[in-house]
Amino acid sequence: MTRPDTTETQQSVRLTIDGAPVEVRPGATLLEACRQMGTDVPTLCYLETLTPVNVCRICVVEVERNRTLVPACSRIAEENMVVKTDSERVRHSRKMILEFLGSSVDLSAAEDEVEDWMRQYQAEPDRYGPQSAPSAAGERDRRHPGHHGEVNGRTAEGVHQPTKVDNTLYVRDYSRCILCYKCVEACGIDAQGTYAIAVAGRGFDARISTEMDLPLGDGACVFCGNCIGVCPTGALMFRSEWELRQAEMWDPDAQEVTRTVCSYCGVGCNLELHTQDNRIVKVTSPQDHDVTSGHLCIKGRFGYDYVQNLGDVDRSSIDEVLAKARRPAPE
Amino acid sequence: MDLRFTDAQPTAAEREAVDSVLGPAGVDSHQRVRTASNLRIFATGMQSVSDRRHLLLPALETVQSEIGWVSEGALMHICRELSVPPAEAWGVATFYSLISVDPSPPVVLHICDDIVCRRAGALELMEGLESNGRTPDARWLPSPCLGQCDRAPAAYVQRAGEDDEVLVSINPETRPMGPDGSILSTNGQTDTVAVPQAGEPHLRLLRRVGTVDPGSLDSYLEAGGYRALEKAVEMGPAAVVAEVKASGLRGRGGAAFPAWIKWEAVANSPEQVRYLICNADESEPGTFKDRVLMEDDPFSVIEAMTISGLAVGARQGYLYIRGEYPLATRRLRSAIHQARRAGLLGESTTRGFSFDIDLRRGQGAYICGEETALMNSIEGLRGEPRNKPPFPTDSGLFGKPTVINNVETLCNVLDIVTDGGNSFASSGTPQSTGPKLFCLSGSVRRPGTYEVEFGATLGDLIALAGGLPEGRRLRAVLLGGAAGSFVLPDLLEMPLTFEAASEAGISLGSGVIMAFDQHTDFGDILARIAAFFRDETCGQCVPCRVGTVRVEEALARIRRDPQPGDSKLIEEIDLAMRDASICGLGHTAAIALRSALELGLLE
Repeated sequence: MTRPDTTETQQSVRLTIDGAPVEVRPGATLLEACRQMGTDVPTLCYLETLTPVNVCRICVVEVERNRTLVPACSRIAEENMVVKTDSERVRHSRKMILEFLGSSVDLSAAEDEVEDWMRQYQAEPDRYGPQSAPSAAGERDRRHPGHHGEVNGRTAEGVHQPTKVDNTLYVRDYSRCILCYKCVEACGIDAQGTYAIAVAGRGFDARISTEMDLPLGDGACVFCGNCIGVCPTGALMFRSEWELRQAEMWDPDAQEVTRTVCSYCGVGCNLELHTQDNRIVKVTSPQDHDVTSGHLCIKGRFGYDYVQNLGDVDRSSIDEVLAKARRPAPE
Repeated sequence: MDLRFTDAQPTAAEREAVDSVLGPAGVDSHQRVRTASNLRIFATGMQSVSDRRHLLLPALETVQSEIGWVSEGALMHICRELSVPPAEAWGVATFYSLISVDPSPPVVLHICDDIVCRRAGALELMEGLESNGRTPDARWLPSPCLGQCDRAPAAYVQRAGEDDEVLVSINPETRPMGPDGSILSTNGQTDTVAVPQAGEPHLRLLRRVGTVDPGSLDSYLEAGGYRALEKAVEMGPAAVVAEVKASGLRGRGGAAFPAWIKWEAVANSPEQVRYLICNADESEPGTFKDRVLMEDDPFSVIEAMTISGLAVGARQGYLYIRGEYPLATRRLRSAIHQARRAGLLGESTTRGFSFDIDLRRGQGAYICGEETALMNSIEGLRGEPRNKPPFPTDSGLFGKPTVINNVETLCNVLDIVTDGGNSFASSGTPQSTGPKLFCLSGSVRRPGTYEVEFGATLGDLIALAGGLPEGRRLRAVLLGGAAGSFVLPDLLEMPLTFEAASEAGISLGSGVIMAFDQHTDFGDILARIAAFFRDETCGQCVPCRVGTVRVEEALARIRRDPQPGDSKLIEEIDLAMRDASICGLGHTAAIALRSALELGLLE
């Protein structure tokens, strides 16, 4: 969480990044220092509103006198540190991480920067071989730690599996999950305090799971959708968006975003209504908004059907698809 | 935090098992008044911890050992009692290979098929069991190294409601598995002496092994036990730390970090609550030296921990031992119990200070030997390593300053206190002081734990173990375990010291010396090592989670049809894992493979 700066009385910290001196507030991370001087550092598991977990490792930078690279998102800047953000070692690790993710996860719905980084770091995810066949539904959720099947090297093992569609509000497509822990944090300690999901299993079989892999409605989930709001790869998606994508009708270029205030209670959460063909297809909240920090509750995020009662109108084709999203089981 | 539990209820037996760890149900349950402080005492960044969260793993372990698996009802009961979100408890339960969340037969054999055991007949043993089919009352699973390489092949047996045990020197011809899961005959070597050198006069760390009754405090006292603690109390904490500093003692767990730096940092911390941890999660393939100390000289571990606790100002110590060491666990528990009764542990001991020890059992996770993963495991979180800094001396167990040392490291403290740090430093070499235990296994006549003074060469150690069997020629040695490197016989003259190893660009690791002769299928061994790291990575960070899989795949291609591109690929992956992984597992996961490829062992 971004906190008000209470350290005015302390001195600032001076360090060198890529040969240039920079002065930052005490307690600032290297990422903050880099951003302050306009140096680009890629991040995937980092988000301003969440506690850094430094697991994706794509933000690693080289710090003199450190044996290994360090994650910029969580490493605190120290006086006289000498940091390199674009050394051979840094570029190599970032490239490999992008290849590891690209060869095991479906990144086609990830934030746009990912594709740019793939080019920038010359990542070639395909060099690990063709993708292994997707797992059967639920198979990855039953794997026991410490054991895995035969490996022949002819395919690159991935996390591909059928999408979990078990409710009318959102889907979980773990073929797209890079295990950045953001949804776990948003569900738990950093935002919602519900703790409906956690990382289960171990190693390559680690996965985001409810208790006993229960369907969302049977567990602790309160459907606030804050996990969707922080997911960087589209693994968590509005059911409406997912149905439109299935029907090949999802068209971000044709969408408008309208900022408004939630009409349910008096808190004043800001909403961003994403509309396509004059229909609300998704709701987000601005991450920099004082009240929400990007987080909402079930009503603000999903309670918009009353403005577009799909049962009463002449059905255009988008309404057909959106109506599907309100049926419990996928068709 | 508004916890939601499913309606599943525990059976009477499950309830009894859980309550034996957590106390009577409801006393401290979720109905209790919650305050901010008891709900979120410590968070590592993503999970909140109630004040009893640290009992999660002991509760899961007890249900597993009493019932044979952890059902939804048992899990919910634990969650209600500890105020732990069920999804998080599920995440913890599914992290450990010895915990089953699926219905299991009452007997489960974990048969070691790691490097030494697979060459000693484990594969034939498993083949025989497979062809005999499975019985409803027992099943078997392959297991990573069980730390019994001197008595291979071995199996760890879980029995619901009964004591677990380890079978060693199993006859590979044995079949079938009995209905109770027993393997019907062994080679009968289970009661051989614990260490080949037992009773030799020059021994220091091993001097009581095989000569003093490990089950008797009196026997330990008669052999001079607890004199070091007495002297430490007279000297006072600062003087003990000074002697450890003078001794030059470096960690024996693998990283060779000077012990005094940790001790001094914690001893001088402004924080009043501090912890001492003895890392007994010995899981590096090929390592079994700490097991020998714990099984055959458990009181020395307890006394050494007590001295360390006194020196750094910790009132509570934790001994975290791997779950696959049941005999060591029973003997240590007995030793702790006897020491408490004798006033040598507990609130205001007879020596005038307070120090107690809590023994915690790991549940099948190599990664929990990594110090910060071990701390998370104790705290009831998943055994995922933490990013450093902060280091444990600043923020360790429960966020408090913590000293964590390996069993062998701590046991050295007894002689350091008794004879003085300078005396200790006068043995060995200037950079590598004191005695050192090495684990000899593989193609040697007398595998076992051997004690030498630092300075002995690789050749000396192999000679101590009787050399290679008749007709066998040394082809290579795996030094330091799966996380170490292969070396060729041209290094036989190299002294096994930290400085010589570092000059040669290798690591002594945990003291593993695994010898391989001319008949070795190195491709098979490398494949096992690659599979090991893939199985044992926690999966938290991308380089290690995916890198270990890609290494295993590349190795499979190399074994089928060697192409220069795949060796190059392993190099590239290794570089990224070394540079960008969170912890030592990723940093070392491909080292042995790369060394074997570079030395041409696959050709």
